[in-house]
Amino acid sequence: MSVNTALKDKNMENTETTNSASSSAQSQEAAANSPDKKTANEGVKISVKINNFLELIGFTWFIPIVKLLAGENPAEQLKDILKVIGVPVLAMLIFVGFWDWGAAKIQTSLGAIPGPAAVWQETKSLAADHYKEKEKEVAFYKRQEVRNAKKLEKNPDAVIKIRNYTGKATYPQQIMTSLWTVFAGFLLASVIAIPLGVICGLSPAFNAAINPIIQIFKPVSPLAWLPIVTLIVSALYVVEGDATFSKSFLVSAVTVTLCSLWPTLINTAVGVSTIDKDLMNVSKVLQLGWWKTVTKIVLPSSLPLIFTGLRLSLGVGWMVLIAAEMLAQNPGLGKFVWDEFQNGSSQSLGKIMVAVFTIGIIGFMLDRIMLTLQKYFSYGDAM
Amino acid sequence: MKKNRKTFIKQNMGGVFKSCLAGLALTMAGGLTSAHAVGELEKDELKFGFIKLTDMAPLAVAYEKGFFEDEGLYVTIEPQANWKVLLDRVIDGELDGAHMLAGQPLGATIGFGTKADIITAFSMDLNGNAITVSNDIWSEMKPNIPKDAAGKPVHPISATALKPVVDRYKSEGKPFNMGMVFPVSTHNYELRYWLAAGGIHPGYYSKTDITGQIDADALLSVTPPPQMPSTLEAGTIYGYCVGEPWNQQAVFKGIGVPVVTDYEIWKNNPEKVFGVSAAWAEKNPNTHKAVIKALIRAAQWLDANNDANRPEAVKILSQSEYVGADYDVIANSMTGTFEYEKGDKRDLPDFNVFYRYFATYPYYSDAIWYLTQMRRWGQITEEKSDQWFHDIAKKVYRPDIYLAAAKELLEEGKISKEDMPWDTDGYRAPQTHFIDNISFDGHTPNAYLDKFSIGLKGKDAVK
Repeated sequence: MSVNTALKDKNMENTETTNSASSSAQSQEAAANSPDKKTANEGVKISVKINNFLELIGFTWFIPIVKLLAGENPAEQLKDILKVIGVPVLAMLIFVGFWDWGAAKIQTSLGAIPGPAAVWQETKSLAADHYKEKEKEVAFYKRQEVRNAKKLEKNPDAVIKIRNYTGKATYPQQIMTSLWTVFAGFLLASVIAIPLGVICGLSPAFNAAINPIIQIFKPVSPLAWLPIVTLIVSALYVVEGDATFSKSFLVSAVTVTLCSLWPTLINTAVGVSTIDKDLMNVSKVLQLGWWKTVTKIVLPSSLPLIFTGLRLSLGVGWMVLIAAEMLAQNPGLGKFVWDEFQNGSSQSLGKIMVAVFTIGIIGFMLDRIMLTLQKYFSYGDAM
Repeated sequence: MKKNRKTFIKQNMGGVFKSCLAGLALTMAGGLTSAHAVGELEKDELKFGFIKLTDMAPLAVAYEKGFFEDEGLYVTIEPQANWKVLLDRVIDGELDGAHMLAGQPLGATIGFGTKADIITAFSMDLNGNAITVSNDIWSEMKPNIPKDAAGKPVHPISATALKPVVDRYKSEGKPFNMGMVFPVSTHNYELRYWLAAGGIHPGYYSKTDITGQIDADALLSVTPPPQMPSTLEAGTIYGYCVGEPWNQQAVFKGIGVPVVTDYEIWKNNPEKVFGVSAAWAEKNPNTHKAVIKALIRAAQWLDANNDANRPEAVKILSQSEYVGADYDVIANSMTGTFEYEKGDKRDLPDFNVFYRYFATYPYYSDAIWYLTQMRRWGQITEEKSDQWFHDIAKKVYRPDIYLAAAKELLEEGKISKEDMPWDTDGYRAPQTHFIDNISFDGHTPNAYLDKFSIGLKGKDAVK
């Protein structure tokens, strides 16, 4: 029992030191918005609950709105709304205005840089493409059915197989491919980095041994890894017939792994090595075995730092992925950008801009998800 | 694991052996009687690679017009980053086949670059390339070019007009850089041919130096086709030789001027081929034949009724998953015209030929021309006998497979008898339409090499 409480205290402490700058700024902001205890009523209770959740997932902008709806001090909330929503929206508008004004000034050989309107146009055309392709897909399967029926008519014993659609991947499909690839790479990185980090943290000797390797490989660009990964994957991944994974997928995922391994590894090692000596002593007193020490004491108390590492890793992984996909020709967003650059048509720049925003927004969302997990594990039972 | 692998190899070897036998039986049967049963496809889900160039059209058309599906093939067509990636992926089996430079199967077979056995049974098109120079170089060249009555430059433009410019760069100690798409590409040989015909040395390859810039007046280097215009724009190169739409793109963007098309360098020269690995072809003979059938029909469609289908083809090609350039850019060269200097649009009905003049037949003599150029510029470092040229050509170019596919199409009534050169020995009649008026007879490669003043011949070797 005492171990558990100690752990919780430890968790709280870690939160202070480990959360990244942005999240601690947000928690301060959230603290400033804390409801006045004296006005507590039902609505406020609900709003506190909602706001706790919003804060957890990092959407602190909505907190004043929820409070306003709950009827808390309207004047103050309106001021807050202006501050947390009004200012960013205004900044966004200024940015879009500058973009619109500046884009028309720069003439490339592909025409002017597309402004916001052109990019919106391309977004719609990509969506239209998607639906058109879907229709073609339906037609493809219909044709196949007819052909298969004919084949059966001719020879009732013929083996009938339904082939997958052979058309191009549409934009939403390419987004899914990218997400799946980064997830696979990130998962592999975590599976390698966390155990390795734990060992590093527990054994100073092992840490000293592996540290130079980490320091050398950490700053290597994905573009340098890629040719090596390509050759190794080609050499090792030899399958006859239909492969489960395409090589381009494996190459991209492994490159993501190699580049996103390090933040998790380092943070885990730091987290484990900075566990309170008292806790380790407790484990000695209780004569816990190695496995129990790791699972009951080491892992729980270093979770916040591990999640900080994971969050950084996923960010790195997503960035690396686009470059890896371009070169490995994995049919995701990276390849989309590359193909459009190669096409050099009058819509290409607009489409690339759409991809830029997509990449940014998805990266932002991934970061939010990781932040939520990180906070969840840092606060323990904050919910 | 190991055991599994072994049995696997055994099974595969068995398969290869069987299909060899089957192939043998098929050719024998073909000789005796024309009506043999259509074999089952060994593989019906295929993936083909291409580079974003208009001459990939037969692949796009065969897909979009359903010719592949008519043969029971479910094909995915995928653009590749560059020619090396494309070749490597065909070799390691990720791609079943690809739109290839004619020199690639030959280069791979003789071991220049990656060594692998690649064959081709289908020639994809004739002509389709051009040489473009930057605006600055063009304005320097222009005074050296004779003009017609209307004040327009007289075509074809010889590289002699470029020579003073290159000489000036040389005397100032500045390298004169030009781009081509691949060491064994048609473009490399065409650019070299044009330069050498105008007295500009394009440089040799040697055993140890494969940059191809030994003794060069103009330094040639590799740039992937779609990046040509932007590389020219960046000033890294002063000119390039590439396929369409990347010359017309330069005109549209106003960054360069096409000076000469390959039709003018060598009338109706063979261009891309459809390449597959020899192992794949051996394992999937019926599939290979079905693919060739679909491609022949696509080529026929492209040239049918005096190019009536070209606008539709351009529309297909301008989709982002194929070539993806703007309709107007692609249409400029695909619909029987070619725009040189901006506004100087001329008729060039044979700039893109997909079917006429037996364009799809894989002639041994085409292969031999490429091999002579490899020898001329030192990619083949030592003297080879005429017999060697013939042997390599017959190993790589496979008209037997082509004719088997064509025969089936004839029986199905999809092509007519005069479309195919049924009785040819695989060598075109001596070809005379070169820019330097040297004629080429595929039967005598070494005698052909002797005719050039610039280039290796006989026992020459680069030191």
